Amino acid sequence: MPVVLENLGKRFGDGAPVLDDVNATIAKGEFVALLGASGCGKSTLLNIMAGLEKPTSGALEVPSDGAAFMFQDASLFPWLTARGNIELALQLADKSSTKASRRERANELLELVHLGGAGDKRPHELSGGMRQRVALARSLAQDRQLLLMDEPFAALDAITRDLLHDELERIWKETGRTIVFVTHNVREAVRLGQRVLLLSSRPGRVVAEWDVTEEHRTDAGRAGELTGVITRRLREEIRRHAK
Amino acid sequence: MPSNPITTEERTLPVTESKEHITSPSLKGNASELRDLEAGLDNLQSDVGRKRGIDWKRVLLPILALVVLILAWQFYVSLGLKRRDQVPGPLDVLNQLVVLWGEGKVQESVWTSLQRGLIGFLISVVVATPVGLLLAQVAPLRRAFGPLISGLQVLPSVAWVPAAIIWFGLTDATVYFVVLMGAIPSIINGLISGVDQIPPQYRSVGTVLGANRLQMALQIILPAALPGYIGGLKQGWAFSWRSLMAAEIIAVGGTIGFGLGSLLDQGRALSDMAIVMSAILLILFVGILIELLVFGPIEKRLLQRRGLLAGSSR
Repeated sequence: MPVVLENLGKRFGDGAPVLDDVNATIAKGEFVALLGASGCGKSTLLNIMAGLEKPTSGALEVPSDGAAFMFQDASLFPWLTARGNIELALQLADKSSTKASRRERANELLELVHLGGAGDKRPHELSGGMRQRVALARSLAQDRQLLLMDEPFAALDAITRDLLHDELERIWKETGRTIVFVTHNVREAVRLGQRVLLLSSRPGRVVAEWDVTEEHRTDAGRAGELTGVITRRLREEIRRHAK
Repeated sequence: MPSNPITTEERTLPVTESKEHITSPSLKGNASELRDLEAGLDNLQSDVGRKRGIDWKRVLLPILALVVLILAWQFYVSLGLKRRDQVPGPLDVLNQLVVLWGEGKVQESVWTSLQRGLIGFLISVVVATPVGLLLAQVAPLRRAFGPLISGLQVLPSVAWVPAAIIWFGLTDATVYFVVLMGAIPSIINGLISGVDQIPPQYRSVGTVLGANRLQMALQIILPAALPGYIGGLKQGWAFSWRSLMAAEIIAVGGTIGFGLGSLLDQGRALSDMAIVMSAILLILFVGILIELLVFGPIEKRLLQRRGLLAGSSR
């Protein structure tokens, strides 16, 4: 099991807990969608898994080499080209690698995200979708089994997002990564995840879980049904806070 | 691509294949079609490179402004409100410059001052950069020394001239000391404020990518802070140039060579306004030259590469 979360809790200072008693296990090679309303601590949970923040209680088990991370905005470094950004990740991941090998690998990764011709472009010359693909290639450059994604497609237009869903799915199958994908979009969660975990708000806790079967993926009707069920449960969860 | 083949492909897309090749219920199409769609979006959404030749407005407008100013100066002088030896006209100053050039004083003073200014500035950069990075990255150090550095930047570096003369006498060391005291604090402050303005996300990315402290400082923090750092360098240069002039005016004689400040002081001693004006114009000219030839292009290139130039009036 690459990821095990046990009674995980997090509070900032003396405030109310953001996460409380979170339990989950994620298998190797699994694609898990972590769903929740805004402000439910999804990103905090992801940051804890990435080692960017420490939990205040509970235990977690993550791969010892850490996790690759993809942020909501591409956060590419503007002083580097698309290829330079990937090469930097390769260099930081493996200090002994040679410049030529990094360049070759960076080109391979750019090909993987269908950006072979854009390696010399700078981030500001790329569209939002292209930037996110470079960011995806960069997170793959880290060569970690676990890939954490924090609403990476939230700011993109619908067509681009659909395309990136296909692309992410293809890359997931080609590379066999374990992916935890945070989103507040139910359709996206059903589209991508093999399993959807619903996180409640304040405190965040895993309150429901659905398996997305092969049938849901091929049958639009079934997928819509599941989306409806999950959406109702999510709304219920949000309405609890109306009082 | 003709439209016919696409529609046939669409129609013949087998149901069995879509089971193996999972497609979203919302998206229907085959792989190559999606690939084209993606490439089309990429081309539509990314910037089209714009190339321009020499922008003559950039060259002509400043020259025009200069001509207007000189004409206004000449006009004022020709009104005859002040004595000619107190307010010389543009032609008087030009004649004086030619005389000074003939005596070799222009070349000597510009070269001496420029050399000192540049050497002093380079030493300041070498000293201030690691200190600035260290202060920006290590919180206790910054809390301890930050106010002092800011204070030093406010302190006019001329204030160091008497102390420097007592310590080092009338030597080049005095001049360099004053220049360093002027430039170092402002470069440090520029670098620190550049680091402060880095989006916190960059540090998170660095951490996630596995950068250690040194890599973080050199490969992420320093390049990210570069616009602020260049701003600090520019200010540092201004401070060292000004401090240098102040030092040269006050500390004359000894082994101190003949710089622009010395020329200015000589003009004052001789009550020769034309020499004074010539010296002032030369000092101004060197300042403009450094900005146009060094900092301007560096800054422009830096901002352009980061896509920060669009819509600016540069």
